[in-house]
Amino acid sequence: MLAYLIRRFGQSLLVMAVMATIVFFGLYMVGNPVDLLINPEDDLAAQEAAIRRLGLDQPIYIQFLQFLKGIATGNLGVSFVHNTPALELILSRLPATLELAFFAMLLAILLGIPLGMIAGLYPSSPGSRVIMGGSIIGFSTPNFWQGLMLIMLFAVFWRVLPSGGRGQTTDLFGIPVSFLTLDGLKHLILPALNLAIFKIALVIRLSRAGTSEVSLQDYVKYARARGLSEKRIVGVHILKNILIPVVTVLGLELGNVIAFAVVTETVFAWPGIGKLLIDSIGLLDRPVVVAYMMLTVFMFVMINFFVDMAYSMLDPRIRIKAGKS
Amino acid sequence: MSAIPVESPFRRFVEDFVRSPTAVIAAIGVLGIACVAIFAAQIAPQNPYDLAEINIMDGSLPPGSVGFDGFHYWLGTDEQGRDMLSAMIYGLRISLSVSLIAVGSAVAIGMSLGMLAAWSGGRVEAFIMRAVDIQLSFPALLVALLLLAILGKGIDKVIIALVLVQWAYFARTVRGAALVEIRKDYVMAARCLALQPMRILFGHVLPNCLPPVIVIATVQVANAIAIEASLSFLGVGVPITEPSLGLLISNGFGYLLSGRYWISFYPGVVLLVTLVCINVVGDHVRDILNPRMQK
Amino acid sequence: MTAPVLSVRDLVTEFDTRAGALRAVNNVCFDVMPGEVLGIVGESGSGKTITGFSIMQLLDKPGKVKSGEILLNGKDLGRLGDTELRQLRGDRIAMIFQDPMMTLNPVLRIDTQMIETILAHRKVSHAEARQLAEDALAQVGIPSPAERLKTYPHEMSGGMRQRVVIAIALMLEPDLIIADEPTTALDVTIQSQILFEMQRLLSNRNMGLIWITHDLTVVAGLAHKVAVMYAGRIVEFGPVSDLLDRPAHPYTRGLIDSIPSNASHGKRLTQIPGMTPNLLNLGKGCPFRPRCPRASDICASDPETSSTGDGRTVRCHNPIEEGLDDTASAT
Repeated sequence: MLAYLIRRFGQSLLVMAVMATIVFFGLYMVGNPVDLLINPEDDLAAQEAAIRRLGLDQPIYIQFLQFLKGIATGNLGVSFVHNTPALELILSRLPATLELAFFAMLLAILLGIPLGMIAGLYPSSPGSRVIMGGSIIGFSTPNFWQGLMLIMLFAVFWRVLPSGGRGQTTDLFGIPVSFLTLDGLKHLILPALNLAIFKIALVIRLSRAGTSEVSLQDYVKYARARGLSEKRIVGVHILKNILIPVVTVLGLELGNVIAFAVVTETVFAWPGIGKLLIDSIGLLDRPVVVAYMMLTVFMFVMINFFVDMAYSMLDPRIRIKAGKS
Repeated sequence: MSAIPVESPFRRFVEDFVRSPTAVIAAIGVLGIACVAIFAAQIAPQNPYDLAEINIMDGSLPPGSVGFDGFHYWLGTDEQGRDMLSAMIYGLRISLSVSLIAVGSAVAIGMSLGMLAAWSGGRVEAFIMRAVDIQLSFPALLVALLLLAILGKGIDKVIIALVLVQWAYFARTVRGAALVEIRKDYVMAARCLALQPMRILFGHVLPNCLPPVIVIATVQVANAIAIEASLSFLGVGVPITEPSLGLLISNGFGYLLSGRYWISFYPGVVLLVTLVCINVVGDHVRDILNPRMQK
Repeated sequence: MTAPVLSVRDLVTEFDTRAGALRAVNNVCFDVMPGEVLGIVGESGSGKTITGFSIMQLLDKPGKVKSGEILLNGKDLGRLGDTELRQLRGDRIAMIFQDPMMTLNPVLRIDTQMIETILAHRKVSHAEARQLAEDALAQVGIPSPAERLKTYPHEMSGGMRQRVVIAIALMLEPDLIIADEPTTALDVTIQSQILFEMQRLLSNRNMGLIWITHDLTVVAGLAHKVAVMYAGRIVEFGPVSDLLDRPAHPYTRGLIDSIPSNASHGKRLTQIPGMTPNLLNLGKGCPFRPRCPRASDICASDPETSSTGDGRTVRCHNPIEEGLDDTASAT
């Protein structure tokens, strides 16, 4: 197990290094890094000073090493607009995004798995058809338009929920969160649902396919032959078997949730890193964009790493294989 | 030789396809949408980007209104007095052409790289496939968004971004299918005959890789439309002078809170119908082609 | 006279397929007494497994018991509700499946699966249930049962897993166990171990056992009575030694002759010509007729089941009479 963990961790580091290289040389190939990293509104002397300060007059390989050093030490430049270190800025917005992503995932699991299992257990019932039809629509509609429609219905026509913002926050372990106050919770519902819709549709599909496959297995029939209650058969014997693929895919989708949070945060004016990214792109605040890139790469690599770990915990068969190899 | 009529694969495919009414309706929908996009200039009641035809006095009219000079706005107007119906027809054309060009290019690049990987093996294959893996481990929307953040707005740049995020799907699929094909006896035979590798690949291997590529391309067209719409909504996609459906929705966003829902609503419905139709057709094509592929 | 544990009367099970109703079990009748082992023998597709699942009321769709009675201690299982059936399954009537590799849930530990079975039927504490499970494992000859309980199914061999399944079946002292080819998927050596174990475990219990198999030699060593099935019917029924010594039905005779033995060394093995019939178009008459060496014109009508004394029945127009005929099975 440990050997597997170490090898897998090494792979993650390698991908990080490759991506850092791509981002660095991407900046060189696509445009002049001076344009990207230096505030174009400064005067010429200030720009030259900045060039020297950032080491942009050095040869490329030295700059690359410095870029890597910056990544390793968390120094990814200073935001032109906010005049704070870019990484710090992003990290200060991260809790809002994570809160949103967490609740979206929670909704996806809590709604998607039961609905998918119902559709898998009773494939020809009208309810299942409605569920599957809904999941096709959930899959097909672009996220941002779903968000607009949620706002239109709940905020404009019925006026029951706010259309944007984070609402009142309280500190939990020093981190501001919305879900602990009623006002914050109200602000959280729509964006979380918006971010979750696609995942709900996905989880429904996965759980349905898994349920209909697992229900035919001998061990389910055997569970019935042992006189177990239907509740236990569905809730333990089937659920535990379908959880493996669902958790894997959901884990891999965690990155996608962060990506789509860009859209949801823009629609609902949710002050997370996605909104920060879009604002920074609009304001040409490029250090923030670069910092966002590196942080996302880091997050993705980490997510993939942890999903693999979780997978091997959940499926005892994999654990054995990994241990032997 | 035999008296039994040989059923062509295409005919069998069509026969299988028409068995599902949902798929037929969706296919008709796709055809209809394509026709509307192609003949946009002929169908649209107004050219929404000809300033001579637009009357600023007709701004933000609700659906069904009659304009200042008697023009009937079935789906209302936007804040500049453009007929929404016309704007949507033109927007549909832009959305569809952007995604079709992007997917077409992605198919060409992805297939070439996939076949190259399958044919050459070794380091070339390892390199290409590693790039595919890395590419696919990042969400398409995010990659495209960050690329456009560097490149800037523009239809050509959106297409480049879409190609970049989609080529990997085709490369992976084609490599898989080509590997199966290359190991078959007839390719060995063709190699023994010392046929040109190009001829073997494009004349013999490629046609056998097409079914999965068609399936994935269908789904990826829908994906490309959705990604383009999202990018335009986020303000990094197509420029304001050539608004796609996504940009139309984005333009209406600001007016949504004041109750002028139609500017965002109707383009979204068109987008939704388009995507559902393409996805249903794609799902069905996959179901038909799948068992044969496994054979 | 004791009452039978299980009494099956005129059982008919059908599968509604697109091509019509497929009658997988056709008018099957038999009794199982307490402490008795009934062997059900037949080729694949003869309906023996479906009979087992019909008794359990666990048929996969579109299978359905069309008519007949299945009386467990006098209670008709076909008339019970889902809850009552659930309470009986695993408790009063247990089942052992064919392939131990597929029977146990791969993601649940052995203890979870054993304890949940006990808790579904007995009001005992978790600790008591664990003790019961451990005892049950020890009883079927699994070494260090306490540790074994904590393993996952895939960490055990097929033979071990089948022992676990047997332990689960015996654990709650049911009145009846249905074993559906429990040794078929195992190696021959493991097979004999399991058979030996089964004999030992049954000797001091009063439970009925139905042992479904395609292997007559297994039945010979284990069962008291045998039912031979063909095309969904019981074609011959009787005490095991009597039936194997003097088969009355040409099909039984064919099955016995196709067992390789020392006596036939060097000779071609005899076989039953032809294939098992397609149940969808059986036509009228005896279903074995096309393969039967004794077929005559009368076989165009379906034979009735008739008693031949000594608790034996046979369903044949031209049964093999004692001492008169042993050329019947030649070629």
